[in-house]
Amino acid sequence: MSEKMILIPVRTTEQGTALNKGKLQEAYMLETSMVDVNTDDMERLGLQEGDKVRLSNEVGEVIVTCRGKKPDDLPQGLLAIPYGPPTTHLMDSETYGSGMPVSKHMEVVIEKVIV
Amino acid sequence: MSENTRTIKNAVCTFCGCVCDDMELTVDLDEHRITKAKNACILGRSWFSEHVIEDRPIAAIGGKEVSFEEAVEESAQILTKAKFPIIYGLSEASVEAQREAVAIADYMRGSIDSTSSVCHGPTGMAFQGVGESTTTLGEVKNRADLVIFWGCNPAEAHPRLFTRYAVTTKGMFIPRGKKDRTVVLVDPRKTASAPVANIHIRPKPATDFEMIWALRALIKGKKVNASIEKVTGVPLETLQDLAERMKNCNFGVVFFGMGLTMGRGRYFNTGALFSMVTDLNEYTHFVVKPARGHGNVTGADQVLTWQTGYPFGVNFNLGYPRFNPGEFTAVDNLARDGADAAMFIASDPASNFPKAAVEQMKRIPVISLDTRRSVTSELAYVVFSTSAWGLNEHGTAYRMDDIPITLRPAFESPYPSDVVILSAIKNRVFELNIDKRSIGMSARSDIGKATLHASM
Repeated sequence: MSEKMILIPVRTTEQGTALNKGKLQEAYMLETSMVDVNTDDMERLGLQEGDKVRLSNEVGEVIVTCRGKKPDDLPQGLLAIPYGPPTTHLMDSETYGSGMPVSKHMEVVIEKVIV
Repeated sequence: MSENTRTIKNAVCTFCGCVCDDMELTVDLDEHRITKAKNACILGRSWFSEHVIEDRPIAAIGGKEVSFEEAVEESAQILTKAKFPIIYGLSEASVEAQREAVAIADYMRGSIDSTSSVCHGPTGMAFQGVGESTTTLGEVKNRADLVIFWGCNPAEAHPRLFTRYAVTTKGMFIPRGKKDRTVVLVDPRKTASAPVANIHIRPKPATDFEMIWALRALIKGKKVNASIEKVTGVPLETLQDLAERMKNCNFGVVFFGMGLTMGRGRYFNTGALFSMVTDLNEYTHFVVKPARGHGNVTGADQVLTWQTGYPFGVNFNLGYPRFNPGEFTAVDNLARDGADAAMFIASDPASNFPKAAVEQMKRIPVISLDTRRSVTSELAYVVFSTSAWGLNEHGTAYRMDDIPITLRPAFESPYPSDVVILSAIKNRVFELNIDKRSIGMSARSDIGKATLHASM
C-alpha cells in the first residue's frame, strides 16, 4: 500500500551531535536515514516501527527506516526526516531564480519495502 | 585524561549561529582535545569533545598524499584554467578565511556563493526588497516581552537561544525572565521547542504566506473572512488574538527559520514577514531576526556584502561583481552543468545538494578544504585537511544578529588553517592571472574608447 505525503527535512539533536562525530560515521548515517511517520498513518499503511520504507517522487527514490511519532506530535500526512544525504535523492534542482531548491514540503510517495 | 591541562575562559562555541562566548573549556594538552565544556549546550558539548586531531595527510591529489605546495599549485591551476569556476561554502570558516575566498573569486573571475543560498538566501533577497526591522540578541534579552518562533526549532538547532537570550533569561526590563514574556511557536509539528511556548499555533504546512497576509490585514484593522481557517488550518480567533498581542506588546520579536525559506514560498514568505513587522512598528517596537547557523554563515553574508556589495551568489566573469540568485548560486551553477571547477570550503554540498548538482561535482575537478572527511571530500580531486576554526585558530565569527565575536582557540593543530591555505592559493591564482587581468583591462578600455568614438 502506498500513499502520497509531504516530506519535510528537519533538524534533530541526534543529527546535530552525530554531525560532530563525522558525516561518514555510523551515528550520522543512521540518524539521517530515519523518517518520522504519524502512528495513525503507520497503522493505515501497515507499517511497524523499524520497517524499511521507500520514499519516491519524480526526481528519485530513497529507502529509509520508519520511526513512529504520536499523532499529537506529527500531523497526519506529514513525514519528517533529519537533514542528510537521503533527501538529496528526492530534491529537484530547479530553484526558480532563488538559488534555493524546494527542500521542505516535497511531495513523495511512501510505501513499505518488502524484504 | 592527563594532568597537563589548561582552562580557557570566555571561549567561543562556533557550532551554531548563537556563537556563545561564555564557554569555559578544559583542554588536555597531551591528548590535544577538550575534555570539558562548561556552559555548552548538548550540541556545543559534542562540537568540543568530538574534535580531535585525526591522522590524515595535510593534502592529497587524486587520493595520493602530496605536499602542501603541490596541492596549492594544482588548485591554482584548476581554478585558473576553468572558464566558470565556483567557490562555495564558507559557513564554518572565519571572517579572515572568507575574505581570502572572495579575493580568489575576484582574481579567477569566477563565482562565489555561501551556504546562505540554501539556508537564509531567500531572507537576504527579502531583506533587499523589503528591509528588516533589526535588533541584537542583547536587546531581545533585556526588552522582549513577546517572542515568536516561526518555522524554527531552537530547542534542537540553537538550544541556548532560549536560555541565554530569548526565553528564560532575565533582562533589564524583563526581571522575571520567562514569566515576563509571552512565547509563541508557529510550527505544524509539536517539536522539542513546543514546551517553552505559551501559545502553539499549528498551521497547515506551506500556508505561512497566507497566514502572515491575514495577520497583516488584522493588524491594520481590516476584516478577514473566517474561511482563512480552511486555508491555513488556524481559526480566525487565534489569528485575531495573535494580531492583538503583537500590537499591544512593548517589544516584540520574531525569530524565523527554514520553515519559511525552504518551501515553495521562499522570499515571498520572508518578505511578507518583514512587511508584517514593518507594519507593527506603527503600533509598538517590533523586530525580526533569522535564526541562523551553522557557525559563521552570517559572517559569509557580511564579508561578501562589504567586499562585493552582495551577500551570496556573486559572479566576477565581467571583472566586476554581479548578483543573480538562480544563476550564480551553487545549486543552479552546478546542476545546469555550468561550473567546470569548484572549490568547497568548510562545507559538504555533496551530502545536501540535489542529485543533479552532485552528479556535476563528480564530473569536474573539485577542491575540498575541510576539518573532517565528508561526502564532498571523498569525491574531491584535491583535498586539504584543515585545522578546526575557533578550536585551533584565532579569527572572527558573526553571531546570528550580525555581532562580530573574537575567537579564542583551545589547542594547536598540525594542520594549516583555512586562512593559510586560501592565502597561498590566492597568491598563486593572482600570479597566474596577471596577464589575463591586464588583457581584460585593456580590452575593456578599448571598448570604452570605441563607445566614446561612436558617440562623438
